[in-house]
Amino acid sequence: MRFMLLMLPGEYDSGPTDVEAMRAMGRLNEEMQKAGVLLDLNGLHPTNEGARVSFKGGKPTVTDGPFAESKEVVGGYWIIQVKSRAEAIEWASRCPASDTSTIEIRQIFEFNEFPAEFQELAATGEFPEMKARRERLSTS
Amino acid sequence: MSDVRSAIDAVWRIESPRLIAGLARMVRDVGVAEDLAQDALVAALESWPESGVPRNPGAWLMTAAKRRAIDRFRRQELGERKHEELGRELRGDVMPEFDANVDDDIGDDLLRLVFIACHPVLSQPARVALTLRLLGGLTTTEIGRAFFVPEATVAQRIVRAKRTLSAARVPFEVPQGADRAARLASVLEVLYLIFNEGYCATSGDDWLRPALCEDALRMGRVVAELMPEDAEVHGLVGLMEIQASRTAARIGPGGEPVLLLDQDRSRWNHVLVRRGLAALERAERLGGTLGPYALQASIAACHARAIVPEETDWLRIVALYDALLQAVPSPVVALNRAVAVGIAYGPAAGLEAVEELSGHPALEGYYLLPSVRGDLLVKLGRDIEGRAEFARAASLTGNARERKLLLSRANVADDVEIETRRTSS
Repeated sequence: MRFMLLMLPGEYDSGPTDVEAMRAMGRLNEEMQKAGVLLDLNGLHPTNEGARVSFKGGKPTVTDGPFAESKEVVGGYWIIQVKSRAEAIEWASRCPASDTSTIEIRQIFEFNEFPAEFQELAATGEFPEMKARRERLSTS
Repeated sequence: MSDVRSAIDAVWRIESPRLIAGLARMVRDVGVAEDLAQDALVAALESWPESGVPRNPGAWLMTAAKRRAIDRFRRQELGERKHEELGRELRGDVMPEFDANVDDDIGDDLLRLVFIACHPVLSQPARVALTLRLLGGLTTTEIGRAFFVPEATVAQRIVRAKRTLSAARVPFEVPQGADRAARLASVLEVLYLIFNEGYCATSGDDWLRPALCEDALRMGRVVAELMPEDAEVHGLVGLMEIQASRTAARIGPGGEPVLLLDQDRSRWNHVLVRRGLAALERAERLGGTLGPYALQASIAACHARAIVPEETDWLRIVALYDALLQAVPSPVVALNRAVAVGIAYGPAAGLEAVEELSGHPALEGYYLLPSVRGDLLVKLGRDIEGRAEFARAASLTGNARERKLLLSRANVADDVEIETRRTSS
């Protein structure tokens, strides 16, 4: 089972600043790596460098960051592979996070968990890029 | 209540290998160490539902286990010297510094645990069960379920394995010198065996059990971190990561296997592909001749790098199989090489390579031999012979899903043939 642990730092205007906190986080990452559960992780730039694209009325509208109205901003994420939801929670609980932080734990869909018709669609349809390459190869 | 229970299970999964490894160093007996760890688990099951999971559950379990150890050795009649020795290690004066020194040594302890669980004095099923139990943190129920063996059988296998290790006085140490290579080979073999039982199940109706693959991969990654200087460990991890990346694409809508070249590559897990390629790179960076696992990982990487099957570098794959055959002269490897030759140099060359293998005693009754031959015959337009080969292959496999696929090829070889001609024209 794969889970994404989303770090919602609560306050994230300037990105990570506390070196000691970063070091503590590094120890957790190392522990997860040594335990063979860590698949991927990344930290994100603060929202003032980001943008949002919303689709109200059916067309994309761009809003530049920061997003003052939103408290729940993602600061980074881990992808882990574990035996159970409880194990994902246990790893998240070991995070040396600040007291404004929340970690949201979300299971990643495995392919066979998608509804059957979605799977069918994926099985018959190819990604456009792949299709184009296939056609180019077969004509050359 | 059930939340606490699953939290305890989770803590156990994370902490038990380190717990058992640390205890085994102290009591110098893996069996006793495991019993003590189990005692600590029972203590947790008694008190955590009331008190909640402690802030540092690993340390809590270790303290509880050590308390049991002291009780146990006080109660038991032990040789005076051993008693004294153990007493010194287990009594209060060691306890305060235990947490400080356990972190430094825990890597070594874990590695010792890995090597002892895969010790050649044990039978292969015993090594597999003990590894899953000690390093994977699986319960006997889970191991039984994974291998379609009654739980009691697994439990007995583990008890006997622990007894064998005790009786043989197997030291709790990382092997050095000449012994080391053979012992490491056994570790890698056990991990890959577990992975393969998940990847191409030899029993049961489902031919793929991803949970077992994940267990093997997780343990492989642990061992790779413990032995970062060993290229073959990274080779094995790379191989497993890349193979596991195909899991979703290997099963069709009806649960049937989908062959590598027919797989929808957009379904491959690209995080795992990337990890696999990185592990292989680590193996290559360490230098020296690539070992059998790294070579197999290199072959898997050729497929992983090709966005569409037509981009596969088959010439390189044949060359890698040549190297693999040098390292492991195995008819099964030679059969795989023949498949690659059939694509790189055409079905006639492939069939020629297969014919060299027919009659090989090791391949007698091996379903993939007629299956590969059938495929090449169909490609050469000899579809009646091809269908007969598929039917023979179907009669030789023990797996229900695979048999179904082979039977369907035995019956529709005509259609496949037409399809092949159409696309190649």
